[in-house]
Amino acid sequence: MGLSYSYSSYSRNLLGATIASLAVWAGLYLLLTGRGERFNVGGYLLRISPYMWALYGISFCIGLSVVGAAWGIFIAGTSILGGAVRTPRIATKNLISIIFCEVVAIYGVIMAIVFSAKIQAVNSSAGFSRSDYYTGFSLFWGGLAVGLSNLICGLAVGITGSNAAVADAHDQQLFVKVLIIEIFGSVIGLFGLIVGLLVTGKAEDFAGVI
Amino acid sequence: MNEIYFNAYAGYLEGVVRGYRDGLITAPQYLNLTQCETMDDLKLQLATTDYASFLQNEPSPMSTSTLSARCTDALVAEFQYLQQNAAEPISKFLDYITYGYMIDNVILLITGTLHERDTHDLLEKCHPLGFFDTMPALCVATTVQDLYSTVLVDSPLAGYFRECLSAEDLNELNIEIIRNTLHKAYLEDFYAYCQSLGEPTASIMSEILKLEADRRTVNITINSFGTDLSKDDRAKLYPRLGNMYPEAQTRLARVDDVDQVKAILEQYSEYKTILAGVSLGASTGGNDVTLEDRFFVREVQFNKDSFEQQFHYGVFYSWLRLKEQEIRNVVWVAECISQQQKDKINNYTSIY
Repeated sequence: MGLSYSYSSYSRNLLGATIASLAVWAGLYLLLTGRGERFNVGGYLLRISPYMWALYGISFCIGLSVVGAAWGIFIAGTSILGGAVRTPRIATKNLISIIFCEVVAIYGVIMAIVFSAKIQAVNSSAGFSRSDYYTGFSLFWGGLAVGLSNLICGLAVGITGSNAAVADAHDQQLFVKVLIIEIFGSVIGLFGLIVGLLVTGKAEDFAGVI
Repeated sequence: MNEIYFNAYAGYLEGVVRGYRDGLITAPQYLNLTQCETMDDLKLQLATTDYASFLQNEPSPMSTSTLSARCTDALVAEFQYLQQNAAEPISKFLDYITYGYMIDNVILLITGTLHERDTHDLLEKCHPLGFFDTMPALCVATTVQDLYSTVLVDSPLAGYFRECLSAEDLNELNIEIIRNTLHKAYLEDFYAYCQSLGEPTASIMSEILKLEADRRTVNITINSFGTDLSKDDRAKLYPRLGNMYPEAQTRLARVDDVDQVKAILEQYSEYKTILAGVSLGASTGGNDVTLEDRFFVREVQFNKDSFEQQFHYGVFYSWLRLKEQEIRNVVWVAECISQQQKDKINNYTSIY
């Protein structure tokens, strides 16, 4: 195993070194042949369609939220199942942890619906307006903020939910105490939701140059 | 980051093993057990514990050896349930736990064969957790080379035998040396494996295994007094880990009697308390606390501590150790009851 590990790390280093040297070579080539302005990150970003930004934002929003929820559910769920072998009473009570995780996915769905309402067909012959670019960027970063905060929130709720199940199985009185911590964990997803709403609040629907 | 992945492999099993932990006999239950006058009373009291289903079909005058066997059956049933439901990294950890029992079984069979005992009796005495397929064939081996090349080379213990192959013939002393060498190799291997599992398993298991290594070191030292074992050979048997490695071990390797052992151990803060009021070696009878009991108390404490954290493998090892301690306790109480020695009945190591 040690051999294969060293081999894979060696090939990974080789790959990294190749990519880095190619990038340096291309950069120097452009610079020294007087075409350095082609190396233009800002221009590249502006050439991306605002639709692309907006749809990426929406898919990050729902995708990361669902990953967070699913991850949390399996962390909490396996411990609930294991604990319920000896103390079946915990199974129904600890479904609350599963619901808390599920809520995270629902946040993602709601935000994805709100975001996607802003996407309209642009029929203007003059192309996208400045406002459309703003909408695209705000949906991207808003969606990313919602998705990431829901992912982390789902993990936090899942781990505390697992703690709650194990603690409840050992001592009934501990359930409410751990649940309070779990509720605090589940609130952090809501913060992401609020910020996502605020960020996209001023964004107009796509309309094009009128 | 371990919390995020752990439950994918072992979440269910951890829940189950914590359930087992909650089934351990508690202090009030022990109090009830010690109040019993006859074995039937004891059996009635044990009916409220996890042992109930294993004891209910036993005919009424139950001997302590039957009680011990049935309790072990309960332990084995629970452990095998864990093994059957385990998937990769956790199943390997559980396998590692059984290697210790395998070593004991191998030694039991070799010793038994040396004394020409009946093979079937020996196989019945083997611990069920340490059973492996080629084990019955051990009874035919007469030299260490035979033992290794015909039987053990296919068992998981093969790697541990590397250091024992130099021993020529099987006699009382050599078997004891083989046993300790095997345990030493096993302990070092298990320790290295636990370290490779990463935190928090590594730190929790290292505490427990270090204590185990220290206990072996002290026991080897005390048991080697008055035997043919040379001091160099004694030093070779010490596990190369633990709180006594390497400084205290090099000093223990040179001592000649129990008082010197005590003098050395008293210089180390963590073992000072263990030794207080202990009669080392020569037992004078009565209610003396033995060093073994003190180590048991310390071990129980460490194993209880490992349940304070979630998402690590240590709980599986700790539960098994606590359950074994519980069986020792129950058997002790049963012995005291059946031999009418009620004054010693409280000398068990309470767990919860």
